[in-house]
Amino acid sequence: MPTVSVKRDLLFRALGRTYTDEEFDELCFEFGLELDEITSEKEIISKEQGDEKAEGASDVILYKIDVPANRYDLLCLEGLVRGLQVFKERIKAPRYKRIKPNNGQIQRLIITEETVQVRPYAVAAVLRNIKFSKARYDSFIELQEKLHQNICRKRALVAIGTHDLDTISGPFTYTARTPSDIKFKALNQTKEHTACELMDLYKTDNHLKHFLHIIENKPLYPVIYDSNGVVLSMPPIINGDHSKITLKTRNVFIECTGTDLTKAKIVLDVIVTMFSEYCEKQFTVEAAEVIYPNGKSYLYPELAYRKEMVKADLINKQIGISETPASLAKLLTRMYLKSEVIGDGNQIEIEIPPTRADIIHACDIVEDAAIAYGYNNIQMTIPKTYTIANQLPLNKLTELLRHDLAAAGFTETLTFALCSQEDIADKLGMDISATKAVHIANPKTAEFQVARTTLLPGLLKTIAANRKMPLPLKLFEISDIVLKDSSKDVGARNHRHLCAVYYNKNPGFEVIHGLLDRIMQLLDVPFGEDKGYVIKAAEGSAFFPGRCAEVFAKGQSVGKLGVLHPDVITKFELTMPCSALEINVEPFL
Amino acid sequence: MGPAASARPSRPSSRSGSMTGRVRFQWMIPHFSYKEIWEQKAKHFFQDHTESNRGGGSKWWGFVPHSRWRIPGPRFSGLRSFRFRHVPSHLHGADMADGPVAQLLLQRLASCDGGLDSLELSSALGLEHQVVVGAVKSLQALGEVIEAELRSTQRWELTPEGQETAQDGSHEARVFHSLPPEGLVQSELMRLPSGKVGFSKAMSNKWIRIDKNAPGGPRVFRAVDNVEDLVQAKLQLVQDGEAERLSEKERNELKKRKLLSEVTLKTYWVSKGSAFSTSISKQEAELSPEMISSGSWRDVKFKAYNFSSKGVLPEGGHLHPLMKVRTQFRQIFLEMGFTEMPTDNFIESSFWNFDALFQPQQHPARDQHDTFFLKDPAEALDFPMDYVERVKRTHSRGGYGSQGYKYDWKLEEAQKNLLRTHTTAASARALYRLAQQKPFSPAKYFSIDRVFRNETLDATHLAEFHQIEGVVADYDLTLGHLMGILKEFFTKLGITHLRFKPAYNPYTEPSMEVFSYHQGKQIWRQNQLVCLVTMMGRTGAGRDKRKDGQMEGQVPGQTWKDGIRDRQMGRSWHRALPTHLLGEAECRESRRRGRHRYSKTVQTQGVHLPRKAFCRPCSAQPINGGSSGRGVLSLLGRREAIGTVT
Repeated sequence: MPTVSVKRDLLFRALGRTYTDEEFDELCFEFGLELDEITSEKEIISKEQGDEKAEGASDVILYKIDVPANRYDLLCLEGLVRGLQVFKERIKAPRYKRIKPNNGQIQRLIITEETVQVRPYAVAAVLRNIKFSKARYDSFIELQEKLHQNICRKRALVAIGTHDLDTISGPFTYTARTPSDIKFKALNQTKEHTACELMDLYKTDNHLKHFLHIIENKPLYPVIYDSNGVVLSMPPIINGDHSKITLKTRNVFIECTGTDLTKAKIVLDVIVTMFSEYCEKQFTVEAAEVIYPNGKSYLYPELAYRKEMVKADLINKQIGISETPASLAKLLTRMYLKSEVIGDGNQIEIEIPPTRADIIHACDIVEDAAIAYGYNNIQMTIPKTYTIANQLPLNKLTELLRHDLAAAGFTETLTFALCSQEDIADKLGMDISATKAVHIANPKTAEFQVARTTLLPGLLKTIAANRKMPLPLKLFEISDIVLKDSSKDVGARNHRHLCAVYYNKNPGFEVIHGLLDRIMQLLDVPFGEDKGYVIKAAEGSAFFPGRCAEVFAKGQSVGKLGVLHPDVITKFELTMPCSALEINVEPFL
Repeated sequence: MGPAASARPSRPSSRSGSMTGRVRFQWMIPHFSYKEIWEQKAKHFFQDHTESNRGGGSKWWGFVPHSRWRIPGPRFSGLRSFRFRHVPSHLHGADMADGPVAQLLLQRLASCDGGLDSLELSSALGLEHQVVVGAVKSLQALGEVIEAELRSTQRWELTPEGQETAQDGSHEARVFHSLPPEGLVQSELMRLPSGKVGFSKAMSNKWIRIDKNAPGGPRVFRAVDNVEDLVQAKLQLVQDGEAERLSEKERNELKKRKLLSEVTLKTYWVSKGSAFSTSISKQEAELSPEMISSGSWRDVKFKAYNFSSKGVLPEGGHLHPLMKVRTQFRQIFLEMGFTEMPTDNFIESSFWNFDALFQPQQHPARDQHDTFFLKDPAEALDFPMDYVERVKRTHSRGGYGSQGYKYDWKLEEAQKNLLRTHTTAASARALYRLAQQKPFSPAKYFSIDRVFRNETLDATHLAEFHQIEGVVADYDLTLGHLMGILKEFFTKLGITHLRFKPAYNPYTEPSMEVFSYHQGKQIWRQNQLVCLVTMMGRTGAGRDKRKDGQMEGQVPGQTWKDGIRDRQMGRSWHRALPTHLLGEAECRESRRRGRHRYSKTVQTQGVHLPRKAFCRPCSAQPINGGSSGRGVLSLLGRREAIGTVT
C-alpha cells in the first residue's frame, strides 16, 4: 500500500478547514485511507540517522497517509484534497478537458521502429501556462516518484519524463540507438556523457541503480530527441539537463514511455488531471500527437470518460441496503463517479472519469456506493445459508492424534516446512538426488532451499535450540512434508507425517517403540502381520546400524523408527543419544 | 538441595521403600508392552532405593530426601523424574528443624547474650551460609523458638574473570605484554586466550596498532612503550575491600565488562524467642500408611505446612500454543457450519495462486522478491483448459462485465510453480469445483493452513505463516451478510467491537479491513485484526450479459483475511506455553513485555504476522464459470504467523 506524505498545514489550507488528528483519522478511515503516522522531516531523520543529523531539518508536521494500491489519483496532495472535498460534497468533481493549442501548432512525438525491440510505447501531453510554487513543484516530482514505484513497476512498465517545453522544440523523436551513440548532459550533471558512461556512473547511485537493469543488456537504448537533436530523456533512466523543469517553467511537455500502453495512458492521465489544476485554464490539458512507426497517429492524453449503467436494485442487493436510486446516485457522485438516475427510474448511469482507472467492473461501482454509504452504517445480518459442517478427514485424524501424543508425554512443535538441502540430505547421510525434494529457485537464504521431505530435521533443530532444557526431551510434530509426484497437476504433493523423537542420556528405543504401540492402539491397528502392524529390521542412513526398523501397517510400509546414527546427532549439534519415529499417517484414514 | 539432604538424618527406610513400591507397581501396569522388563528393572530400582535411604546416599538416589513424594514414572530412566521437584516445597523449612545445624544453632544461641549473626555463625561452624539460613528458617517455622531479623548488605565482589584479571592483569594489558617488539601476526594474536577481547580494548586504548599490509597478513605492534593497567589496579582495590574508593561510573564500567558484580548479602540476626528451648520435640512430616493402620497418627505431632509455596507441576506433554489457537479457530468455523477445504498442497501453480484470482501477471506480488518460485518441478502441466481460456480472456480483454486489465496474458507465466502465497489458491480450486457441481447447492468453506512469502527472517518476519480463509456461497448474499458473519466469528473470540474500513484487494470487491476495539487499552487496534472483505463478481455483475438475459453466474464472494496480533490473545497463549520448552524466566520476560514474541528469547519463532502481509495488495477475481445466478460469499481469513520452534 503506497504511503503519501503531505504537509498537514498545506493539506488543511487546501481542504479549507482544520481538523484535529483524531478527526482527520476518522475522515480517512471512512474514505478507506489510513492516517499511518504523524511526523516531521526532523523526526524522520532523527529516527533514521540520529538526533545530530536532524539538526536544522524542517519540523513542519507531516501526515503519512496510506492509500489503496489502485487509487493512483490519491497519490498526491492535489488528488487527496480533490477526492476528500468531493466526498464531503464541498466541491463538484471537476471535468477534465483535452484541448487543441490556440495556434494550432500541436506538439508531435514521432516513434521510430527501433523502439519495438526495447520499449515500444509512448504517450505525451502538454500542460500550458502552469504556475508552480515550491510546494506544487515538490508535489509534482513526488507524484512521478510514487507512480514510478507503483503502477509503473519501478519504471519497468512505464517511465515518465517532464520537460520545460520552452527550452525545446518539436517535433520530438522517440527512437532507440546503440548506447555509445547517445551522448548528452544528463539531469544535474556538469558535463556530457555517453549512455555507456552514464550507466557506469549510476551504478553507484542509490536511487537510479535500481532501474539500470531494465535496459542494461539491450543492444539499443531508448532516447527522445527534439528537432534540434537535443536529448530530452533516456527512458527509463534519466532526463536531459537541458529541458529540466524549474519553478519558473510555464509550459510542461510530459512524455511517458513504456512496455504497457494501457498503463502508460493511465499514468499520463493521472499526472495531467492532477496538475492541470494549476494551469491558467484550470483542468484543461493540451493534446499532443503521437505517431507510431506504422504511420497511425493518436492524440493523447485520452482523458476518456466512460459511461456505465448499473441497476439500483443490484447495488442495494449486493450491499444489503435499500436506498432509493436517487440517493444511490448521490452516493456515487460523492465518490467522484458522477451519476444520475435514467430510464425507468431504476437504472443509474455512472460516468467513470479518467482519474478512476481502478473502476473496471460493476462491483467496483457497488463498492464505491458502499463506501459512500459508510461500511459501518450497513446493517449486519446472518445469511440464511444452511449447511452441515464437515471436517477434512485427514485434519480430523491429525487433531485426534495430536492430543493423544501430548497426553502420552510428548510436546508438540511447529517447525518450518522449508529448510536447507543439507538438513534433509547431508545431515541425514543421504544424497539430495535421492530425496524427491522440491527445490526453490529464488531463496533469500540457504535456510530455504527445499521443502522438507521429512519432519525429523525440524525436530532435531528444535532440540538443538533447547539443549538447556532438562532431559529427556520428548517432542513430536504432525504436519505436511512435500515430495515430487508427477501424477499431480503441479508435479508435487503433500504427505501428512507424524514424527516423534526422544532425546536423553540413553537412546530410549523402547520409549519411541512404546509410542508407536500406543499410536497403533489408538488407530485400532492390532499387532501382527497382514491386517495389523509389525516392525522389521531395516537399514536407514539416518539410523545406527542394527537399531533401525521399518514399520509395516496393513501390509504396507508406513515409516521407520530407530536410534539415530551418531553422525546425524553430531551434525545437528547434539550430544546425547536419540531415537526417532517417523510415519505417514495417511494410510490410516 | 544438597545441603538439605546432607543435613537430614537418614529416614526409616523399610516402609517408604516397600509401600510406595507396591503402589507404584500397580500404577505402572498399563504399560503392558514392556511389563516384564519393567518388573525386573523395578526390583533393582527399589533395592537401590532402600539401600540409598539406609546409607544416606547412593549413585543417583541419595539426594532425594522425600522419595515417597515423587513417585517416579515407570520407566527405565527412573532418573528423569527427579530432576527438580524431589522435595515438596511446603515442607522445606520444617523438615530441617531437627537437623544437626539447627541443634548447633540453638546451643550457640543458648550460650550467648544478645544474638547471633547467621554469616558469622556459618564461618564459625565452617558451613555454607545457606545451610545456616536453612536452619534458621526451619526453626522459625516452629513458632516462637527463635526470632530472626533479616538484614541485607550490598557488597562488590570480583567475578571469576575479575579475580583472574586482578591477578594477571586485564586482557588488553596481557595482549600488550605478549607483543614482541617485532609485532605479532593478528591471527596468531587472536589465538591467545585474551586475544579477542584484549585486542579490541587495546586498540581503543591506542596501546597497539595494526599494519594491515604487513607481509604474511595483518600484524600487530605496540604503539606505546609501556602501559598502566588501570583495570587491574581498580580490581585489586575491590579485592582489598576498598570498592568504595572507585566512583560509581568506574564500578559500572567494570560491571559491564563482567569483572565486577554487586551482590546483596542477606543475613539473619537470630535471637531467642519467647518459647526458646534447645530441645525440640521431633515432629513428623507426613502421614504414612502405617500411621493410619496403627492409629499412631493420633499421638504424633505433625510439622506445619508452608502454604505459600508452590506445588509440584504436573508432568505431561504439551500442545504447541499456536496449534491450540488453530484448533480454537477451527472449532469456531465448525460451530458456524463451515466445511473444511483441502489445503494439503504447499506447491501451487501461478495460475491458481494468482491468475484465477484476477491478479495481473505484472502484479508486484508475483515478483521474485515476494514469492518462492520452484526450480524443480518448475512448471505445472495440467490445467482445466476451458477455464484457462476464460481467465485469459478476462485478464486481457475483459468480460463478465469487467474491462479486464488489457494486457497480453501468457500461459507460461501461469504455469510457473511456486509455494502458495495464500490459501486463497485452495479456495479458488474449491470454488471452481463448486462451480462444476450441478445443480448448485449452497456451501460454506473454511481452511487454516500455511502460506509462504520470500522474506528474510528476523524477529518480526517469517517466511511461513498460517492463514485463515472462509467462503460462503449462496444466492442473494450481501456485504451486510459478510459483516454479520464476521461479527459472529469475532464475538466467539471474545471481540465484540468491530469497525470496518474500506480497503483495496484485487480479488475481492468490495474489500474491507476489520478493526477491533481493545477494551483494556481503550483504543482501536489497527493491524491486530485485519480483514479484507470482498464481494467479488465471479463475473463482475456483467451489465452486457444481463442485457442478453444470461445472468452469467455471479459469485459475489467475500474475502476476509485476518491477522491476529491481539495482545490479549497473545497473553493467553503465553500462559498456555509449555514452560517445559521455555523456561520460566523467558515466560516472565515476555509477559512483562506484553508480547507474544517468545521467538527471540526461546528460539520458538514467534507469533507475529509480518505487517506487510496484511497490507500487501493482492488481487483476485473471477472464479469463473458459466453457471447462473448464484452468489458466493467468501470469508477468506488470514491468520497470524506460525510460531515455529527451530
